[in-house]
Formats: sequence, structure tokens, C-alpha cells
Amino acid sequence: MNETIMRLLMIAVVLGGALFIASGLIWLERRLLGLWQDRYGPNRVGPFGTFQVVADMIKVFTKEDWVPPFADKAVFVLAPAVIVATILMPFAVIPFAPAMQVINLNVGLLFFLAMSALGVYSVTLAGWSSASKYSLLGGLRAAAQMLSYEVFMGLSLVGVVLLSGSFSLGRIVEAQQGLWFCIPQFFGLVVFVIAGVAETHRLPFDLPEAESELVAGFHSEYSGMKFGMFFVGEYLGVTLVSAMITTLFFGGWMGPLLPPVVWFLLKTFFFICFFILLRASLPRPRYDQLMALGWKVMLPLSLMNIVITGGILLARG
Amino acid sequence: MLPKLFFGYFAFAIIVLSLLVITRRNPVHSVMWMLLLFFQIASMYLFLNAEFIAAIQVIVYAGAILVLFLFVVLLLNLREELLTNRFISAWPVGLVFAGAIFAGAVSAVAAFVPNFSGQYTVDVINRETHTKALGQALYTDFLFPFEIASLILLIAIIGAIVLAKKRMRS
Repeated sequence: MNETIMRLLMIAVVLGGALFIASGLIWLERRLLGLWQDRYGPNRVGPFGTFQVVADMIKVFTKEDWVPPFADKAVFVLAPAVIVATILMPFAVIPFAPAMQVINLNVGLLFFLAMSALGVYSVTLAGWSSASKYSLLGGLRAAAQMLSYEVFMGLSLVGVVLLSGSFSLGRIVEAQQGLWFCIPQFFGLVVFVIAGVAETHRLPFDLPEAESELVAGFHSEYSGMKFGMFFVGEYLGVTLVSAMITTLFFGGWMGPLLPPVVWFLLKTFFFICFFILLRASLPRPRYDQLMALGWKVMLPLSLMNIVITGGILLARG
Repeated sequence: MLPKLFFGYFAFAIIVLSLLVITRRNPVHSVMWMLLLFFQIASMYLFLNAEFIAAIQVIVYAGAILVLFLFVVLLLNLREELLTNRFISAWPVGLVFAGAIFAGAVSAVAAFVPNFSGQYTVDVINRETHTKALGQALYTDFLFPFEIASLILLIAIIGAIVLAKKRMRS
């Protein structure tokens, strides 16, 4: 009984924490972008503009929630819910500290990959159900982009699984005692980070919603809280990928002096800022360049990584 | 009792969802019902303690193959698709074949041994985890069939490239 209550409490803390961080990121990203691009960003509402999030929330909730008459209504309404659900689910398997985890699955890593593979439906169906040409083009781009980069994301993690001998995320963190996987799996890390940017379709890889070409891409027709779901989903995605980088390559909760949870949050925060820095500094490639980078650079790189890691492990016995 | 109840639910859901997939007029709706169907099948694997197969079912079928279906279906002209009939006139022939396969499967049930045999007992699988036991079986006892399956896939990949390749101007 006690254990059930603890688990429910854990679920509430993780869900609340993830949503709190994601909404905080909306403010943080705009402030950091302002800093790096030599302008102010939101600084009027409350101290340093921190209440901007509240103002934005009020705006999003009170806007007219419009469904286009030419849209496929059921699919149109379902699509934004799918992205938030598929991104929140993997938080259940992330170990924030020893024994501080909603559930320790034997196939935790595969669970993460499966859930992030399902995110593509939200974007693609949103693009299709809007029945507008810009939305459809955005949806098509998203389908091809996310499908390709999923492959590299999966392949880049094979090295990590080989080294730790387990799909369980808790075991993977424990296997990094002494040496974090970012050093022996450097190429895996590079591929994973790039695939992570493409999976969350963040700038510089935000081709499905490239505003200079497609208005707002797959979510052109969305308004009010349905648009808000896509918006929050993007920040949840950034948080998730940062937490996964920390878990898989940078020793998760490990670190001296400070408590494990603090180390985990600090490392995750660092990678979130790195994602924002990427957005602030890099231009967007053309779509064919994005796909060529994927299949001609990332795929061979991740395959090489697997062969070399496997070979070294085999030679050591 | 409880396991039978769960099995009954999954079997019922799988049949209903399959019927929905083939009877919808809108191909995109068919794909979405199929997505739900794949989840039910994955749950059925989980129910059998086959966690690795369940995860792979979602990653490969729901996460990759069905997205490609959707990709093709998105490009269809829906106005024409909605007017045409879902079933061609030869559907009774298909029904006969399906019935024959079903009868074959039912008659084969008796030959199926539901116990674990050989070295992979329930104890071993619980200790080694399902994923490890499956990997060991695939890469030792069944290495040859496994490699043949991979070769067949390779041939399919090369075939697809050959078909899609544009002819070079000589």
C-alpha cells in the first residue's frame, strides 16, 4: 500500500516537474536568445520578466479555439494531444537518482525509442488533417525527417548498450562509474545530439515548420490551447533529450559533494542551454541538405561506431 | 481467471480493430486504427512476458513501417478515394483463403507444445532477462536461419534501390 502511494507521488512529482521546467523554458529561451543576439527579450512582466509565462498562459487559454471547417475534426483535435503524451511517457523510465524513478523497466531504453518514434504521428497527422497545402508539406517533411533520424538515434545508442550490457537505464548509469560514456562513445554522443535536435524538430532542423517557406508548417491552422500543446511539446522534447543525454553519456546522477538529484538537474540544465545556444547561432539548412547529412554522414558514422566498439569489446574478451 | 479475461479483451480488441482497418473509407483513418491495432498486439506480447518483442513491435511496426504507409496515403487524392468502394468484387475468394488458413491454424493447435523445453526454462529467462535469453538463442542455436532472414532483407533493400533508381543517360 505504502509503495503504491510512493509511486503515485513519484508520478505526480515527475509530471509536475517536467511541465514546470517546460513552461519555465519558454521564458528562459527568449531571455537567452535575447542575450546571445544582443537584444532584450521579455523583461517587463515581473522581476526579469519571469511572469511573462503567466501572461502567455492567460493569452493561450483565452484565445478562440478554432477548428477550420475544411479540417478532419477528429484527427485535428487528437494530433496535439498525441505529441504531449508521447513525450511525457519516457520520463517514467529516467532514473533521476538511485531508486528515484517511476519504474525501472528491463527495456527502458527501447521504451524511450518507441515513444519518441510515435511522436511523428502527431506532427504528420496535424499537417494532414488541417487540409492546407503548407500544413501538408510540413507534415510530409516531418514524416521523412523524423523517420530517418530515428534510425540514427537508435544506432547511436547501440554502443552504449554494448558497453553497459543492458537496456535498463538504471544499469546504464551504474555502468558509467569511473568513466562516463561520453569519452568511449564520443561519436555515439555526436550522432545522438544531432538526431535529438532533428527528432524534436528544433532550429536549425525545424524544416517541418520553417516559417520563411511554410507559414508555420504543420501547425499553421492551429490556435489557442491546441497550438499551446505543440508549443509545450517542443520544450518537453528538449527537456527529454537533454535528460537522456545526461543519463546515457554523462553519468546521470553521478557527481561529487552535491546530492544525486541536483547533479542530474544541473547536467540536464546545461544541455538545455546548449540546445538554446544551437538555435541562437546556427542557420537552417535546406531540406535536401538535411536528408543528405543524415544518410551520407550520420549513418556511416553510427555504423562505424558500432563496429569499432564491438570489435574492441570482442578483442578484450 | 484474470489471465483469461485479459486474453479475451486483447483477442476481441484485435479482431474489432482489424475489421475497422479494412472497412474505413478514409485511408488515413484506416492507418490510425492500424496504429491502435499494433498497440494491442504489443500488449499481447507484454502479456506473454515478451518485453523485447513488444518494444520492437512498437518501434518497427508502429514507429517506422506504418509511418511509411501514412507517408504514401497522405499523397493520395482523398476526394477520389472516398468515392471508390473499399472491397473489390472478388472479396469472397479472399474470405475462402482466410477461412482455409484459419482452419489450418486451428488443426495445428494440437501439435503445439506449450511447455518450455531445452535449456531456456522459466527460471533461466527470469534470471537472464527475456532480451538476453532471446539474443543468445538467436545468435547461437538459430544463427543460420537468422542470417538467412537478414540476407532476404538485404536482397529486398537492393531490389528497392534498383527499382527506384533513375536510368542514367548513356
